[in-house]
Amino acid sequence: MTAILQTQKLRVEYRSREMRQGIKVALLGLDLEVRAGEVFGFLGPNGAGKTTTMNVLLGFVPPTSGAASLFGIDVRQPIARQRIGYLPELTYYYKFLTAEELLRFYAKIFGLARGETDKRIAELLKLVELEHAAKRPIKSYSKGMQQRVGLAQALINNPDLLILDEPTSGLDPLGRMKVREIIQRLKHDGKTVFFSSHELGEVETVCDRVAIIHQGELKAIGGVHEITGKHASLEKAFLEIIGFNSSTAP
Amino acid sequence: MKNIFAVAGVVIKELYRRKDFYVLFIITVLICLVMASVNIFNDPKIARYLKEICLLLVWISSLVIAITTTARQIPAERENRTLLPLLAKPLTRPQLIFGKFFGCWFACGLALLCFYIFFGALAAAREHQWPLLDYFQAAVMHWFMLGIVVAMTLLGSLVFAAPSSNSTICFVIIGGILFVGRHLDQVATSMHEPLRAIVNALYFTIPHLEFYDLRDLIIHNWPLIEWKYIVLALLYATAYIFAFLLGACLVFRRKPVN
Ligand SMILES: Nc1ncnc2c1ncn2[C@@H]1O[C@H](COP(=O)(O)OP(=O)(O)O)[C@@H](O)[C@H]1O
Ligand SMILES: [Mg+2]
Repeated sequence: MTAILQTQKLRVEYRSREMRQGIKVALLGLDLEVRAGEVFGFLGPNGAGKTTTMNVLLGFVPPTSGAASLFGIDVRQPIARQRIGYLPELTYYYKFLTAEELLRFYAKIFGLARGETDKRIAELLKLVELEHAAKRPIKSYSKGMQQRVGLAQALINNPDLLILDEPTSGLDPLGRMKVREIIQRLKHDGKTVFFSSHELGEVETVCDRVAIIHQGELKAIGGVHEITGKHASLEKAFLEIIGFNSSTAP
Repeated sequence: MKNIFAVAGVVIKELYRRKDFYVLFIITVLICLVMASVNIFNDPKIARYLKEICLLLVWISSLVIAITTTARQIPAERENRTLLPLLAKPLTRPQLIFGKFFGCWFACGLALLCFYIFFGALAAAREHQWPLLDYFQAAVMHWFMLGIVVAMTLLGSLVFAAPSSNSTICFVIIGGILFVGRHLDQVATSMHEPLRAIVNALYFTIPHLEFYDLRDLIIHNWPLIEWKYIVLALLYATAYIFAFLLGACLVFRRKPVN
């Protein structure tokens, strides 16, 4: 299988606002490889560097050193992002637009033809179950509906690779299940999905492979069963790997 | 170009779906109507005076609309994090800047159209004449002046983080240019050397927004201005608009988005 998403010795330093702290190293030499057609879970506690990795892949933050590529094209070239879909964490879409108008706007940016746009929007609204609310302004949506609008916008260009930053965070169990179902549908359609999470239960059910990072370093990478290994669950393995010893915890 | 107009379309939709523009428009209309009805003596001097006040209100309202709508555009994209999905798509940063500019500028144009049609109707009801070309000259010049204001505010919104401080700074600068801009060269002659050069340089670099103020044309029903001067003024405005937008693109290019 070919690598669709790759990082090599990726290092990112943020220059702190408070100069006393100097620089903050968010990633130190991350090597990652995501293959075509797999659902890849990117795990780590808060502040581990998951969002930073995605920001580099999307060209929002330049790497201090190292390289990252999508489809074999360096991420510094905008063309690398032609075939991806991206769902940021905690985004509030234009509140005054309806879901349909929002999707139409993004479709225009991808240069989709009118007929194709109409077809695509109808398909996506059905996929994320928002047909009934398509003509309502987004400000009237619940959190789960907003997140599903986000998923729909990430899919507008029928991308081959999806980069989803904590797609289920802040959702109730039903909302989470729906997002999980959508990810499984995408896998079924042959898409590659790269998503970050710290909800280990769901990762266990949908992912083919996972990587665990902690404090900007890769701690483990491999199949779900490989990583769970001798532990009772992925959660136990995760806690062990990030160095949290449950027997000494209060 | 398609991307630019897609972004501009969203800005215009936002403006007409928000309430604040309507509030400002209705307040202006009400004040003008009240003043028009006060004119009981039918004295031409008073009529002229009233036109003056109405136009001043229209000017102030248009500046408020231009600055406040523009100042919040990019900060709101950052705060709601809509900048991220947007820039992850094949949209370049300069396209975003130009899209925001055209959106705000066209929105201002729509607002101006409403104001001038209303004012024209009010004046026609009293004076029974429609100096259409005068209105056209005044409105087009006014609109291009707002173009400079919008471009300047857009640049400001990238330099100063908070939209409120940016709005205040833009109001002060634009007010300053409108009131004292034309006198700076005379001020300079009364000064001593280093200061004099600085004030003179300032006089030649600031955009002279006061050129675009053709209110007197409408108030006194003066003959039209020669079109070649109008064209020159519009070119001068276009140059400043481009300079400010170029500055905005340069500032934005270096900004990390997260
Ligand atoms: N803009 C920034 N400036 C300074 N430090 C940052 C910035 N963004 C993130 N960080 C720091 O980088 C580290 C990784 O953050 P992030 O990638 O957001 O983690 P995660 O998404 O895994 O929760 C954190 O310690 C965070 O405080
Ligand atoms: Mg994060």
